[in-house]
Amino acid sequence: MSKVLNKLPYEVQTEPVKPLSVLSLDGEVVNPEYMPELTDDQLKEIMYRMVFTRTWDERAVNLGRQGRLGFYAPVSGQEASMIGSEYAINKDDFICPGYRDIPQLVWHGLPMYQAFLYSRGHQHGGQIPADVHVLMPQIIIGAQVLHAAGVAMAFKKRGEKRVAITYTGDGGSSEGDFYESMNFAGVFKLPVIYVVQNNRYAITTPYEKQTAALSVAHKSVAAGIKGVQIDGMDVLAVIKAVSEAAERGRNGEGATLIEMLTYRFRPHSLSDDATKYRTKDEEAEWGLKDPLIRFGKFLEKKGLWTEEDTARVKEEAKAAVNENIKKAEATEKMTVGGLIDSMFETTPQHLEEQKADFQ
Amino acid sequence: MAQMNMLEAIRDAMRVELKRDENVLIFGEDVGKVGGVFRVTEGLQEEFGEERVFDTPLAESAIGGLAVGMGIQGFRPVAEIQFVGFIYEAMDQMFIQAARMRYRSGGRYNSPIVFRTPFGGGVKAAELHTDSLEGLAVQTPGIKVVIPSNPYDAKGLMIAAIRDNDPVFFMEHLNLYRAFRAEVPEGEYTVEIGKANVVREGSDVTIIAYGMMVHTAVKAADELEKNGIKAEVIDLRSLVPLDIDTIVASIKKTNRAIVVQEAQKTSGVAAEVIAQINEKAILHLEAPVLRVAGPDTVYPFAQIEDTWLPTPARIVDAANKVLNF
Repeated sequence: MSKVLNKLPYEVQTEPVKPLSVLSLDGEVVNPEYMPELTDDQLKEIMYRMVFTRTWDERAVNLGRQGRLGFYAPVSGQEASMIGSEYAINKDDFICPGYRDIPQLVWHGLPMYQAFLYSRGHQHGGQIPADVHVLMPQIIIGAQVLHAAGVAMAFKKRGEKRVAITYTGDGGSSEGDFYESMNFAGVFKLPVIYVVQNNRYAITTPYEKQTAALSVAHKSVAAGIKGVQIDGMDVLAVIKAVSEAAERGRNGEGATLIEMLTYRFRPHSLSDDATKYRTKDEEAEWGLKDPLIRFGKFLEKKGLWTEEDTARVKEEAKAAVNENIKKAEATEKMTVGGLIDSMFETTPQHLEEQKADFQ
Repeated sequence: MAQMNMLEAIRDAMRVELKRDENVLIFGEDVGKVGGVFRVTEGLQEEFGEERVFDTPLAESAIGGLAVGMGIQGFRPVAEIQFVGFIYEAMDQMFIQAARMRYRSGGRYNSPIVFRTPFGGGVKAAELHTDSLEGLAVQTPGIKVVIPSNPYDAKGLMIAAIRDNDPVFFMEHLNLYRAFRAEVPEGEYTVEIGKANVVREGSDVTIIAYGMMVHTAVKAADELEKNGIKAEVIDLRSLVPLDIDTIVASIKKTNRAIVVQEAQKTSGVAAEVIAQINEKAILHLEAPVLRVAGPDTVYPFAQIEDTWLPTPARIVDAANKVLNF
């Protein structure tokens, strides 16, 4: 009596993707068709920023250990995704960052001493200068991803050709807010660039335990926006992807999700111990993809960069860090009275009365 | 002057501000074509277009986040959270992201946002439509909390809320939307956020309430008057900032007070009002200040909500206790 029934076709399917890259590990151009248009000066500037940021990161870790910085999330390994993506947007485009995305803020215009003040828990760290288009680093994972949709909608409503770029990680891509934002951007065709720096670990939880999707980039499909996965340690691939996404956004073609495969060489934060959840072999394997080595080789072959250049930039970065940490340390401390006055535009009576307790 | 119910008065406030300021936007779930599940925004999309008044996908956290993002770019969003229970989904954006924006940016950014939501019991609604969640917001630094009790205040407070450069949680009592009509001036006027209103003068006992409970308190005052007791009724209108001066002035006259709230009894607005009375007027009191409130349970299913909610009889009972202390 029993009859074999057909199963449903489950036509909703997607194929695995491979990360797109421009450079090989040796700095050879392997996909010339994806090479972004950049002048020699621009190429040198990008290398300058990456070397500078690596040294700044090393110094910041030391400052953290000395107690001269507060919470600090190291960035080494992620220079290509951070520096490249910021480089590819315009000064009046808007950045909604996660907590690790300090380099993008500084290269977008936030003075470095303010970044240090933010880390040291001083309110002036978040007082973004009027001509710098960024939000403060976000602590709630994914909250900033929604703000990018709002900022982008503001640009769209005013007919401004600007885009909002927001950053989160492989862990952040599991948040409901991440999907909600992409879904809004899809419905309203908003000029948002969603950058997921997939560095394989949400603190300690590996990517494999984060999602059963074929990739983070595939999550764009559910929201009806463009999606792409790239080699996030190849700064040229990063620039190519973000430039295209920005152009689409400016042309009214909507949002893009860019998954950038990368790796943080250091622990999640200064109180994290990566040896508890990562192997030396894995770290060594990702070390081969080091964005500085790779892009450096490419530039050396073109005769645009030498070891002396690297040494010079390192010294400049050390000097800048020194100067800026001193400036941060010399900044007058916050007061509770000042804190109270920053709650509302006009301090209400009950807060005025509470202020008196701290004078 | 026009006769309006509270729902129409709130709509009129939004219309006035949409007309006056091109940065004012209305959005939320179903607020566009039909004007929301209670029709508060009815006709506004037709009048001002889909660019200004629009439906969003069903996602409260994103509605809040959209408002925050637009707010830092100079828009003045009036975001509707369809039912009060849904604010739990939007709490990060309302109570952290919007409420802390001015502080986190040291004044560089602010959140000129009104988060509107219907709430309040006695209408036999579905679960989580009627809870009084104002206490959560009152505990949150950086957001104002406004609850009107009548059409005139509702319009004036809503206009003030839209013009406020800080976030305002504007809670609209379901039982008051269509309860009665009253005279409401045409055009623009504001009711200052942070000023309570003495809705009935009296000399024997002060009854402090807000939202629907103002009307329950007035009914109780009518009952008390039959026994020659003159109760003064204060409508707080705004919970943050709280107008303690008006409360203290009244207590100096009556020397007795009770506070009425629909919300659960413990650690709520009534408790805060009593704490401030202790700080500022304890020597004027002849009796402890009592609370009339819901019990510390979840808001009940519809069958027993009428007995769960404070009634005029319970208020009269509490008034008699403080009078006979």
